[in-house]
Amino acid sequence: MRRSTKEIIIKQAFLATAVTSLAVLALIMIFLFMEGLPTFSFVSVKDFLFGLDWYPTDEANPAYGILPLIVASGAVTALSSLLAIPLGVMTAVYLAEIASPRVRAVVKPVVEMLASLPSVVIGFFGMVIMAPFLQDYFGVAVGLNLSNAALMLAFMSVPTIASVSEDAIYAVPRDLKEASFALGATHLETLARVTLPAALSGIGTAVILGMSRAIGETMVVLMVAGGAAVIPNSLWSPVRPMPASIAAEMAEAPFRGHHYHALFATAMVLFMVTLFFNILADYFSHKHQQSGSASL
Amino acid sequence: MTAEAILSIPTPPRQSLSVTTGRDRARKTKQWLAFMMLRGAILIVAAALVIIVGFLVINGISSISWGFLTEVPRNNMTEGGIWPCIVGTLLLSLGAMAVALPLGVASAIYLHEYALPGRTMRIIRLGVNNLAGVPSVVFGLFGLGLFVTAMNLGVSILAGWLTLGVLCLPVIIGTTEEALRSVPATYREASLALGGTKWQTIWRVVLPSALPGILTGSILGISRAAGETAAIMFTAAVFYTPKMPNSIFSDVMALPYHIYVLATAGTEIEKTRPIQYGTALVLIALVLGMNLFAIILRAWLQRRGSR
Repeated sequence: MRRSTKEIIIKQAFLATAVTSLAVLALIMIFLFMEGLPTFSFVSVKDFLFGLDWYPTDEANPAYGILPLIVASGAVTALSSLLAIPLGVMTAVYLAEIASPRVRAVVKPVVEMLASLPSVVIGFFGMVIMAPFLQDYFGVAVGLNLSNAALMLAFMSVPTIASVSEDAIYAVPRDLKEASFALGATHLETLARVTLPAALSGIGTAVILGMSRAIGETMVVLMVAGGAAVIPNSLWSPVRPMPASIAAEMAEAPFRGHHYHALFATAMVLFMVTLFFNILADYFSHKHQQSGSASL
Repeated sequence: MTAEAILSIPTPPRQSLSVTTGRDRARKTKQWLAFMMLRGAILIVAAALVIIVGFLVINGISSISWGFLTEVPRNNMTEGGIWPCIVGTLLLSLGAMAVALPLGVASAIYLHEYALPGRTMRIIRLGVNNLAGVPSVVFGLFGLGLFVTAMNLGVSILAGWLTLGVLCLPVIIGTTEEALRSVPATYREASLALGGTKWQTIWRVVLPSALPGILTGSILGISRAAGETAAIMFTAAVFYTPKMPNSIFSDVMALPYHIYVLATAGTEIEKTRPIQYGTALVLIALVLGMNLFAIILRAWLQRRGSR
């Protein structure tokens, strides 16, 4: 075989493997839709998405409305973002701009270790330590609730937000900062008026990725959120976000029964939301890509 | 970003010029306050890790014994050890890596060495990024739909391997690409100048230099797979099985699932608390140990690279 033919074959083989991840993504979608779409033969799209009652196992009168689950997911994610965004961005600024190499060599692995903690372990911590703590010291009736879950989720999305933001802050061209220093600005003024604005799109991407991680995280909300499928009326209400509902009920749902299909349809909704978040993040990072100081 | 680049970030000028006015002092105080807040944020993040790990160690260490690690569960899971879970988790995570590593490394080679910036590359990259963002429970349902049901593998080690394998794919692709990026362009040019083809260059020059980086990535991938719960709860893991796995079609017990079930279901939640703590401690020791190893390996590589 000629050398060049062999090269072409090898290249095509690599291309084929690279397309695998696309194929997997497509397969995930196909399977979710295949098992999820039959839901809409027994409940309308409107009743499914906006229905207030989730009683899938009620024999006489089952109800498949996932609005409480959607609201729960949204509430948990929003609340955890309130904590995770400032913490994550501040961690990134510290690591990228202020930490000495020696401090950085310690802090960065700490952030990475936090990212690598298995979610079931964080969920377990929230259950056996944080929940009793909240009950004892804050007088909360139920320790497993929206706020507890949000707090645990925040610690899971901080590392994502921090590492992506850090890259964005690094990517800010050095001459911009030097110009600011030359004008007599302090380090803080340079950070606040030059570096951070220039890194804003990258930080935006980081925030979106962090929120997407929080909304899809399963074990923490399964173990810590409390599990009540009602719209929360306070920060201490027990809730049942979408991933928790899927994980908790799938084992009991009769194969290809209504409940089974409804859970796949819920996963469809969850998948679409995270897909939207990820495409948005990708769009942000390309749209406002910082390529030298010229694009400012 | 390399260590040199970090060092080269301009340090702000010390404000030693001429007269220090009250306004300058105010600016300095403001900066001092702001930087203190940033330090506070770092402390909170570090404290979170220390508190979570600390509590588990304090509560779990008394459960750990030779018997706990090497015996099978007894008496309706309330006594005995977690040996089958340890075996199951190791089997699942190593097998997942066997699935993800060839696919991931090959994809990364295509993206970094072959693909030209353009539409194809953009779409593939979007696919990889999105795959990384798919929630683990959705991977679980996908595994249930495709591997367990459609391919009729049942709840089995093999179904778990495939599910965890695709879940780890983005991790492997990302770390491999990073490893390929760190191979200097001059290596490739030297090989090409000697008359090597693209493939010979990749196989004999690029891959050997990138190997330690790829190794680091696969350790991170294994640790990710080992801690994963939602993806295996419908595809591979069972709460209790009396036999050790004897084929790739057996179902297995696994550490994360064991923690989850013991902590949330059953009638003996309080009684099995020590086992839950012990299992959690073993799991984080396994996962953090692998991560620490990968971090040290990477630091060593960077030092070697910068010499």
